[in-house]
Amino acid sequence: MSRLQSTFENLRAEGRAAFVTFVTAGDPDQKTAQDLLNGLPAAGADIIELGMPFTDPSADGPAIDKAAQRALASGASMDRTLELVAAFRKDGHETPIVLMGYFNPIYAYGIDRFVTDAEAAGVDGLIVVDLPPEEDEELRLPANAHGIDLIRLATPTSDDTRLETIVNGASGFIYYVAVAGVTGGKSATADDIGAAVKRIKAHTDLPVAVGFGIKTPEQAKAVAHVADGAVVGSAIVSMIENGLDAIGKPEAGLVKKILGFVNALASGVHAAQK
Amino acid sequence: MAVNSFTTGPDDKGHFGIYGGRYVSETLMPLVKNVEKEYRTAMKDPSFLAELDELNRVFIGRPNPLYHAERLSDHLGGAKIYFKREELNHTGAHKINHAIGQVLLAKRMGKTRVIAETGAGQHGVATATVAARFGLECTVFMGAVDIERQKPNVFRMKLLGAEVQPVTSGSATLKDAMNEALRDWVTNVDDTFYIIGTVAGPHPYPMMVRDFQSIIGRETKQQILELEGRLPDTLVACVGGGSNALGLFYPFLDDRDVAAIAVEAAGHGVGTDQHAASIAGGKPGVLHGNRTYLLQDADGQITEAHSISAGLDYPGIGPEHVWLHEQERVSYVSATDDEALEAFQTCCRLEGIIPALESSHALAHILKIAPDLPKDHIIVMNMSGRGDKDIFTVADALGVEL
Repeated sequence: MSRLQSTFENLRAEGRAAFVTFVTAGDPDQKTAQDLLNGLPAAGADIIELGMPFTDPSADGPAIDKAAQRALASGASMDRTLELVAAFRKDGHETPIVLMGYFNPIYAYGIDRFVTDAEAAGVDGLIVVDLPPEEDEELRLPANAHGIDLIRLATPTSDDTRLETIVNGASGFIYYVAVAGVTGGKSATADDIGAAVKRIKAHTDLPVAVGFGIKTPEQAKAVAHVADGAVVGSAIVSMIENGLDAIGKPEAGLVKKILGFVNALASGVHAAQK
Repeated sequence: MAVNSFTTGPDDKGHFGIYGGRYVSETLMPLVKNVEKEYRTAMKDPSFLAELDELNRVFIGRPNPLYHAERLSDHLGGAKIYFKREELNHTGAHKINHAIGQVLLAKRMGKTRVIAETGAGQHGVATATVAARFGLECTVFMGAVDIERQKPNVFRMKLLGAEVQPVTSGSATLKDAMNEALRDWVTNVDDTFYIIGTVAGPHPYPMMVRDFQSIIGRETKQQILELEGRLPDTLVACVGGGSNALGLFYPFLDDRDVAAIAVEAAGHGVGTDQHAASIAGGKPGVLHGNRTYLLQDADGQITEAHSISAGLDYPGIGPEHVWLHEQERVSYVSATDDEALEAFQTCCRLEGIIPALESSHALAHILKIAPDLPKDHIIVMNMSGRGDKDIFTVADALGVEL
């Protein structure tokens, strides 16, 4: 059984939802990113999405866009993203890691080489936001062959016909994008999210995690009531932006402060019994 | 693989060979597929086509002339050079051709708002113009750097009632404006139509923009047959994203004796890191909804393009161009900033036409090849836009204070 599968099964047995965090690889620098990543499991993250920085993140809002630019300015690359994951595993963590980003850096790295190296580093899944089902076969099949799930996205614009296309070939979980928009924008109501999750579940047995617009422990808790996972990204990433000094160096105690916020979010999610 | 025809693409998923496609976020997929469906229906609807024809005639001023550039031809002493006068269109460039077509589609789909990205401002002006004509709300995304170097067009868009949204992310030029337009579109899927300004983006845009621009080549074909009784020997056009080039070339692609040359912007030289020549200096990648050649580093990060011409300052090119390049049907060459500036001035003095800096790249290549060609060799160049918008940039480059 894959790490993603066993995580969701264990949580289901406990009657609670997964708390999914997003951080950008190499933001604001490799060492801080590593410290943050390694601290996330103890702070309560059940699954970690690790952003692969890209110059042109056209599906992301300003918070994650700036995080990618900061990471690239400090020397982030696909090699270094995979190094973060490998070091995280070497540190003894079993928390599933899903790499999230855009197709071009993967394509440039070489798909076969990428899935081989990602598996070796300990990557569990991929979310590639500009690779819809119609175009994802060239990555999905090699990734699956290396035990890596390609996570499909469903959105408020997905009707029942579209949902069939989305779930056909999906594995790991379904990521429900709760609002039509970019990351870090508006929030959907828990009622709307609940209805959408129910509709998706009519098409698949895969767990459904929900992201976009979840910023507070209260919102995370509300989503955790109606879904199998709640994803928080921009709100965490914004704390990095706000915790840098004039020359872009992280202030003392920044990692601890962020992990404290992550812990508060996790407590919200974990308090939500289903 | 040899092909029987160069005009059968794209396939039903929008691919030209391995290029093109539909690489957008899931939220946009239903909308983009619907644009394709509506487009295909519209193009079979006689009333849609009749309205398009009528607007081409009375609003854009088509057909525009095919003009013998006599003094330039004499000056170069070789080939006989014609200009297809797209710069005489309403709004001063070819961009209005696809803006009209797309706004009619937006209206047909019941959209109340249009958005666009723009580099030189020509596509933004064209979009603002058609939005005003049809009473649609309009937001144009434009890089802050481009706003600075294209002030007259910014003001024109505002006069036309459009909101011009400055984009400061990334290199603050055309590619960043396109990112921002995509972000807006995904946020406003219900009421907004994205009028893309070139033969790029997710399927059906490369095909749709090409089809609307092909009127350039269709008119040219008819006009040259009337004037010369035969087809031209060589077609020349500048290429950034590639809409004016494909518009001119497309109706000639299966006339294999007609050579087609597309001129990329070489900036400070394709050997430097300051150019916008995706065919010469790029490699396959995925950006802005399609697979195509992109300027990028070894890690797949998009690098900044450079050209004196804001309209060519983009690190990619339309996917059909890449296919035509790999099929060796169209030749891709380049011209530097300096060569374009020289051609710009030559055209002003010899023909009384101020060409856009974009079109000046095509002209720069003609200055290189025409002298060595025989007098009966006919070249048609796409004068894709007028250069009034560029006089500040040119003055600056020549060290003249206005």
